[in-house]
Amino acid sequence: MGAIWFWIVAVMIAAYVVLDGFDIGVGILYPLLARTEEDRRVMMRSIGPVWDGNEVWLLAGGGTLYFAFPLLYASAFSGFYLPLMIVLWLLIGRGVSIELRMHMDNAVWRSLFDGIFFLSSALLAIFLGAALANVVRGVPIGADQYFFLPLWTNWQVGPHPGILDWYTVIGGLVAFIALATHGALYLATKATGELEERAAKFSQKAWIALCAITVVSLIATVLVRRSTLDNYNNHPILFAIPVLVVSSLIGIRTFSARREHLKAFLSSCLYLTMMLVGACTGLYPTVLPSSVDAAGDITIAKSLTGTYATHVGLIWWAFGMLLAAGYFAMSYWMFRGKVSTDPDGYGH
Amino acid sequence: MDALLLHRIHFAFTITFHYLFPQLTMGLALLIVILKTIGITRADERYNQAARFWAKIFAINFVLGVVTGIPMEFQFGTNWSEFARRTGGVIGQPLAMEGVFSFFLESTFLGLFLFAEKRLSRWAHWGAAFMVFVGSWISGFFIIVTDAWMQHPVAYRLLPNGTFELTSFWGLLMNPWAWLQYAHNMCGTVVTAAFVMSAVGALYVLDKRHTESGRLFLRVGVIAGLISCVMIIFPTGDLHGRYVAKNQPAAIAGMEGLFHTQKGAPVVLMGQPDMEQQRIDNPLVVNNVLSFLIYGTTSAEVKGLDQIPRDQWPTTLPLLFYSYHIMAGLGTYFVFLMIVAALLLWRGKLFTTSWILWPILLSFPLPYIANIAGWMTAEIGRQPWIVYKLMRTAQGYSTHVSVANSLFTLLGFLGLYSLLSVLWIVVVYRIIEIGPDPVDPPTGPRTSKPDPARELTNA
Repeated sequence: MGAIWFWIVAVMIAAYVVLDGFDIGVGILYPLLARTEEDRRVMMRSIGPVWDGNEVWLLAGGGTLYFAFPLLYASAFSGFYLPLMIVLWLLIGRGVSIELRMHMDNAVWRSLFDGIFFLSSALLAIFLGAALANVVRGVPIGADQYFFLPLWTNWQVGPHPGILDWYTVIGGLVAFIALATHGALYLATKATGELEERAAKFSQKAWIALCAITVVSLIATVLVRRSTLDNYNNHPILFAIPVLVVSSLIGIRTFSARREHLKAFLSSCLYLTMMLVGACTGLYPTVLPSSVDAAGDITIAKSLTGTYATHVGLIWWAFGMLLAAGYFAMSYWMFRGKVSTDPDGYGH
Repeated sequence: MDALLLHRIHFAFTITFHYLFPQLTMGLALLIVILKTIGITRADERYNQAARFWAKIFAINFVLGVVTGIPMEFQFGTNWSEFARRTGGVIGQPLAMEGVFSFFLESTFLGLFLFAEKRLSRWAHWGAAFMVFVGSWISGFFIIVTDAWMQHPVAYRLLPNGTFELTSFWGLLMNPWAWLQYAHNMCGTVVTAAFVMSAVGALYVLDKRHTESGRLFLRVGVIAGLISCVMIIFPTGDLHGRYVAKNQPAAIAGMEGLFHTQKGAPVVLMGQPDMEQQRIDNPLVVNNVLSFLIYGTTSAEVKGLDQIPRDQWPTTLPLLFYSYHIMAGLGTYFVFLMIVAALLLWRGKLFTTSWILWPILLSFPLPYIANIAGWMTAEIGRQPWIVYKLMRTAQGYSTHVSVANSLFTLLGFLGLYSLLSVLWIVVVYRIIEIGPDPVDPPTGPRTSKPDPARELTNA
């Protein structure tokens, strides 16, 4: 039962990264790719009706994590206190700037919200990547299962690191580049004309950086936490995951060159999913490793909630996810295809 | 500085600010469904136009509700980790269910409701509005199930290591406290929405612009306001109050400022609890009424604070007393205002009677205050417990988060939310200033406007 809930939470987090990832990516590219007000509108419209639903995966995933692993939730959320609060502020800034931009037809106001939208998107990507890297690297969990991390110390990986050290910065860069590429590929499916061209071109350049940082991050991960490879070595079939990562990278490149934007975007979805699945596989059955002593790891067994709750939870969760999948299918079907360049006013 | 107090203020401030938004959107979702229903069944385009206008105000409030709501979920872990760890086995359930059953529903159908009116048939668009209403009310339900468990724990087992485990799924969802509190609370959201709608209507009528819309808003707002204002007192407030009296005598004694157990207990209309002398200073009382309200007879004995150990008295008792009195006082005023307004509406004089339009206009902030005072009553009344009689609030906060760190983020939220307040007021004011879009000519009501859905897709 613990394994089921581990993968349920993992899948929900992956759904969040894949879905909210592309609208965060569009935010990162916003000042880079948009030359005119028209471009900015198209970029905003491309995510307008869906970003809020995408972000819900973070909340639903977080709620499910709390439900299934209360100890992990309590320990990780209080230990990552400062970065989580910063993530909250970024989420607030981002959501508000998207919504308020639609209500303000004044250029000064719009520039302000455009700036906040870009900054919060870029920093969110970096913080989310660094957060994941923190979980992979491990944190100094105490005997009472709690810890507290400062934002940075000496930037070194050690038993008592900060949130940001050289390793987690790499994690942040992976997320930043991956989501920028992801966003560009998404935008290429939604935009037309020059904007589509610029997005496609950008994704091809970013792809090189993505390949490089992926390799660097994989090597760094093995260096920082050698036990990541344990599960892989014990079950060599799992090496299929890194193979899929590489294939998805090739897929992005190939489809992008053929101008099959949707397939390239789906390859990018596969890339993000496999990177996350790979990280989770390396962790399993630990949910939060200790940087001090492997015996202090928070594991599935230590943190799983009561048996009755996990059983009854499985029933409503499956039912709820069927509904959610239906909503998403409907929503993406309704808003399928290219964003129009119709210059009519933007709003509800 | 006291860490416990700081963490409490952190949560209290962020949730108070958050609840400015859902209390409007939950009520407004219902009113928008009503507007759209009338619009379709009577084929009256003015009601659809009103629904579109309120959808704009709904959207901005909804987004603010979402972004200020995320910190609430996070804070269980960040600031109240010991509480989260010990009670997660029970309240993790409703909180996760809120995400899975409500947030997906709400966000999807809100996208359709706001962006796809022209792509959907009339009834399909009505359906989208209805689903937004259902989603937001489900969300409220799960939050109240969570709070109700803290107020009146049910369906749990306390393990030797101090953690709680769920024993009955339906027992948790069917907690009587939750249903009473939910009914009372949801009436409160409709009161807020009805007062805001009436106030905008009164503004338009007094200002002689968008007069037609203003009258419509007043009509719908005053009728919804009257019904919800009555229902918030009777039956929901009455039933909820009796249940609190039965299960949390300390809370009722604190709310009423009843220091001494007595038969024929009075209701204190006004006064200041004197904690030293244990009495109410400058009291304005009506004898026997409290006994009657709780037990239905004027001579019944009501338990006072003297029967409760001092270390179990609600902390910050005077604040509890004032919160409750502000809520109850405003609730009474609302009923009178809405009865008078409804009578004038019925006699056809409402739109020309400026002595009632002015109070309607100026009263719109009051339901916000009343709703928040009501929540303060519930939450301060529960103190010093975080789970009533089972776990003290002082045992719940994150001991590993230092005072300086929690003050740092509290100041951050204060600053950020100040900015949000300004933006919120500016944007809502602009929407009200611009007013509803003109009604489309009856010949082609669904084709002459710019098509928001077409902007998003040309498929």
